Amino acid sequence: MILKVNNLKVRAGVKDILKGVDLIIGSGEVHVVMGPNGSGKSTLAQVIAGHPFYKINSGTISVNGKIINKLTADKRAKLGLFLGFQNPIEIPGVSVFNVIRKAKIGIDAKNIGQFRKDLVSFAEGLKLSADHLSRSFNEGFSGGEKKRNEILQLLALSPKFVILDEIDSGLDVDGLKIVAEAIAKFHKKNPKSSVILITHYARILKYLKADFVHVMTDGKIIKSGKQKLATEIEEKGYESYKKGLYA
Amino acid sequence: MSKGVLAPNDYKYGFSKPENYEFKSKRGLDKSVVEQISGLKNEPIWMREQRFRALEIFEKKKMPTWGADLSTINFDQIFYYIKPTNNQKTNWKDLPKDIKDTYDAIGIPEAEKNFLAGVTAQYESEAVYHSFQKQWQDKGVIFTDMDTALRKYPDIVKSYFGRSIPAADNKFAALNSAVWSGGSFIYVPPGVKVDIPLQAYFRINAANMGQFERTLIVVDEGAYVHYVEGCTAPIYSTDSLHAAVVEIFVKRGGRCRYTTIQNWSNNVYNLVTKRAFVEEDGVMEWVDGNLGSKITMKYPSCYLVGRGARGEILSLALAGSGQHQDAGGKLVFLAPDTSGEIISKSVSVGTGRTSYRGLVKIIKNAERVKCNVRCDALIIDEASRSDTYPTMEVAEDNVQIGHEASVSRIGEEQLFYLMSRGMTEAEATSLIVNGFIEPIVKEIPFEYAVELNRLINISMEGSVG
Repeated sequence: MILKVNNLKVRAGVKDILKGVDLIIGSGEVHVVMGPNGSGKSTLAQVIAGHPFYKINSGTISVNGKIINKLTADKRAKLGLFLGFQNPIEIPGVSVFNVIRKAKIGIDAKNIGQFRKDLVSFAEGLKLSADHLSRSFNEGFSGGEKKRNEILQLLALSPKFVILDEIDSGLDVDGLKIVAEAIAKFHKKNPKSSVILITHYARILKYLKADFVHVMTDGKIIKSGKQKLATEIEEKGYESYKKGLYA
Repeated sequence: MSKGVLAPNDYKYGFSKPENYEFKSKRGLDKSVVEQISGLKNEPIWMREQRFRALEIFEKKKMPTWGADLSTINFDQIFYYIKPTNNQKTNWKDLPKDIKDTYDAIGIPEAEKNFLAGVTAQYESEAVYHSFQKQWQDKGVIFTDMDTALRKYPDIVKSYFGRSIPAADNKFAALNSAVWSGGSFIYVPPGVKVDIPLQAYFRINAANMGQFERTLIVVDEGAYVHYVEGCTAPIYSTDSLHAAVVEIFVKRGGRCRYTTIQNWSNNVYNLVTKRAFVEEDGVMEWVDGNLGSKITMKYPSCYLVGRGARGEILSLALAGSGQHQDAGGKLVFLAPDTSGEIISKSVSVGTGRTSYRGLVKIIKNAERVKCNVRCDALIIDEASRSDTYPTMEVAEDNVQIGHEASVSRIGEEQLFYLMSRGMTEAEATSLIVNGFIEPIVKEIPFEYAVELNRLINISMEGSVG
């Protein structure tokens, strides 16, 4: 699956947030998007997933050549897109099992037979508690549990194109290891699935090799490179790249 | 895009059967109709006199104007008594075919199989089918319809009838007292715990029908019973009226749970008075689900008359377009150390309107009362409406009272989250609504919970589809 973002300009309310983003993500590639707070990383993730709040002023998002600008979020999910949220939402009164089951039926109804068994073993792998699947969705979860719950859905839905928005923030060292290893394992098992990791830190790349690293500031991707770019950024900060841009 | 109406095709109880009746009163109400009803039932004089007095009260009392709009009820158009068959059957096979078909479609034989202690079915004004397991009869439990109870147990009926809800209580209680027919009668002797539910199904089939069942439950000391009622009706273009009265007496240390899943079609006025008197250390639990009807006004109440008595009211209301659910509960604390809780969850869809109306009353010297009220409303569409009318009358200082209320809409972020998981907007909305009402749904019997879930999914499809 090839995802192309072409000169994407996006507005929220009266504010221009994305000011012409270009990205090409090939089948099976792992991309990392880094950038300071407010640079538009999360907006990019949400726009690709189909959040109705954002208005696309110009540019396109396409999957295998088909423009998906106007598809609602559920139709994009059915094409194989998955967004792991930076701040996962609570659904009080509905169990984790029921949310994921409903999602699975919408995306892949024919493999539902094996579903509960698979889900239990995924939850175990993520070191989630035995009663996790019967808990009210994200209600009263710790920050780490919420992030692992996102990965649980990723594993259950087995998407072709994964965007993880700051999946590594708010995790302690052990939590990061569990989450990062699960993503790496998923990618190994599904080598054709592509991944975009939005992050502030290079530390997750200890577990997962990135094919490309992009630096985003002020609604644009200003530099792209290989994995070592991520460590450079951590050492030097974003300012130097901004200066480079405007110099 | 918002409609939120249950299309007739989606209301699975919307069918009607040909009207085959042994007796049908004329339209409208006067003394001769009441006389006819009482005469056909061959009632004792005291009951007949009581009906006449109730009719006078009904005629004098004004229509209540403090709640839902009842101005469109036309009392002159209604048939007050319809007798469908000439006698009650205890064997399913013996029921007339059209009635049997009706209940087959609703699922009564299925319910019977599901290990009920007993079941009564009322069609129009009369109970047409009744069965009750012998093991409970042997323990002295009585479960029958009210007409039979009046014949076989006149002393018990006479000592409780109208004691918690006198005819003068309100206009519709007066109406019921004048023209009542059918309903359930339950007596559970001291210490007997009926551990599987007793059920009753109420069905209106005829157009412009009034159904006025009267239910009386007496739970003696230390006894327990769970009674479940379901209500359905066909869809006609004209309105029907359901005005029931339910009186419950829980004796010392007894416990009664009363579950209602009201799914009348959207042309039924559902105006019901329900009240329980709870003695020392007794417990009364109302689980009241209102899904159907055009207008419902119903506030199950607990009068906690003995020290340590407890009352719980769980109220669930779902109003689609054209519906107004004015529901809630009343807790009246008349003794020290009593406690109670009202939990109300309401969902308004399309132009549907829900109102929570509740009363908490604590008299002077009812010390150490603990009372908690929580009402949550969920509004789905722009045109949906929800109101809260809580009343508190507290005359004692040494009490603990909690009250919480919330009104919410489904958040855009919640919808986006679930849609990003592949659910349509309607599926996502249904899931959120089901989660919202879950605290009450988990208290109702499984087959009703499944049905409730199905109904919510249908009305959300209509709303956001």
